[in-house]
Amino acid sequence: MNPIHIALPKGRLGERVYERFERAGYGCPAIREESRRLIFENGETGVSFFWVKPSDVAIYVERGAADLGVAGSDILQEYAPDVYELLDLGLGRCRMCVAGKPDFRDDTARPLRVATKFPKIARAYYSSLSREIDVIRLGGSIELAPLLGLSDVIVDIVETGNTLRANGLVVIEPVLEISARLIANQAAYKFKNEAVAALCRALERAGNGAG
Amino acid sequence: MKLKPEILNRGEAVSLALRELYHSYGYRTYRMSKFEPYDLYAQNRSFVAGENLLTFTDTNGRLMALKPDVTLSIIKHYRGGQQKVCYTESVYRDTGSAREFREILQTGLECIGEVGLYEQCEVLTLAAESLGRISDEFILDVASVGLVAGLLAATDAGGETKEALCGLVREKNAHTVRSLCAARGIAQETARVWEALASLYGGAQTLLPTLQGLCLNREMERACGELSQLCSALGAGQKPVRVNIDCSIIRDLRYYNGLVFKGYVPGVHDAILSGGRYDNLVKKLGKQAGAIGFAVYLDRLEELEGGERRPDADVLLCYGGAAPEAALEAARALRAQGMSVRVQKAPDEGRYGRVIQL
Repeated sequence: MNPIHIALPKGRLGERVYERFERAGYGCPAIREESRRLIFENGETGVSFFWVKPSDVAIYVERGAADLGVAGSDILQEYAPDVYELLDLGLGRCRMCVAGKPDFRDDTARPLRVATKFPKIARAYYSSLSREIDVIRLGGSIELAPLLGLSDVIVDIVETGNTLRANGLVVIEPVLEISARLIANQAAYKFKNEAVAALCRALERAGNGAG
Repeated sequence: MKLKPEILNRGEAVSLALRELYHSYGYRTYRMSKFEPYDLYAQNRSFVAGENLLTFTDTNGRLMALKPDVTLSIIKHYRGGQQKVCYTESVYRDTGSAREFREILQTGLECIGEVGLYEQCEVLTLAAESLGRISDEFILDVASVGLVAGLLAATDAGGETKEALCGLVREKNAHTVRSLCAARGIAQETARVWEALASLYGGAQTLLPTLQGLCLNREMERACGELSQLCSALGAGQKPVRVNIDCSIIRDLRYYNGLVFKGYVPGVHDAILSGGRYDNLVKKLGKQAGAIGFAVYLDRLEELEGGERRPDADVLLCYGGAAPEAALEAARALRAQGMSVRVQKAPDEGRYGRVIQL
């Protein structure tokens, strides 16, 4: 039988996600060994894993290079890939928030300048409030923008809030709850339906009572 | 005229095989213009996939668009009676995430006029046979937009919430359906049905009874009844057509009504066939008729190419210092034996069955 190809996000979240697969009975011992291999297959459980950049997982899955993948709901909202979202794994929980200087006051006489890595999410959020914004798309170090007067606020992911605090910024309002989601390629979901459904059930069971 | 099959690429071969299939059911080839007045598409923007159109100004100052869709043109030219047509046409669309215009080759058919159980069965049978011409293994998923229309009517919520629920069902995102319904205070009985539509998938025989148990009103019952009739008619006879039920196929209710379907073959990452019943679109264009049809996206067949690389020619004939007459004659003799022969002065990096030096 054809194995299920699974794209995992590189990094800390990916490792916790892999542990969930392992607990669900879909482990792949070779993945724990130090090696330069990129693809790990377990013939017994019928799955193969590979690590990719977190923001690329959805692309691999949408294009069918991976049957399943795990991506943050922030990436899914921002890029809106044409995939099925099958499970909320409840891992990697954090929030997308609006943040700014403690003395920030929204000057409604002009568009709000918003610096972010997530322009689509920012636009959708402010459009739901009928607030006109000027999106400033940045690739990183978003916290700098309000400090240097580049933007009024930022829309960014907040995990512990330490980076914000260290830079004298505060959360103004939450935008979106984020967690890791199991996504599936549409055609693979059909052709490997029984195996995918069994894997989903096992992941759900393994997730009950665990974080 | 005789052609060697290997001269065709997969897209060409499939397109000819499908035309043969559609002609055998009495569908007539329909050839249309590459462009139409912009207004036709602008008024039905959300029927045509993608927001942007490739436009230009005609010599008489009229704004025209390269056709992004075939169905609208076919309906426009519909003159009454029973029309059964098939086509192979390029359409020009801005595609998904890349936001670039692409030329997409599609083939398909439309049946306009009387559309009853027979016509729906015929079109679904043709969809299944089309998939069968592309691959031995395939999946044909069906649903009825009537189910969603009924469920929307039974749901006490604002337009934005309803739109969000439809989007989540399309993603099979049952867990977010559950949390959204709870957050918006949607009745538990209704929420349960939304969640089921997002998660149910499988063979028609096993799923239809479950679906029947989920109906909340007459409209849903009618849609379910139609699906049952269709599935049992298709399942009868010597060559039954097997379909799966996939309620996540939701289309715009302003255009579609009743049956909708999608087809998949292994190795292609998205649906290669898509179709449905679109009486509402015909009405919107001011005509009275039923209509059903589907398109096969031939460009997606490119995903199946690759792997096997055919040689550039069976024989490379290098004439070096020999006289042109000798090269012409030698090549003619080889071609007469059925071989493809490429002639040039010296060998190169190409792939050839064998190389002959004159």
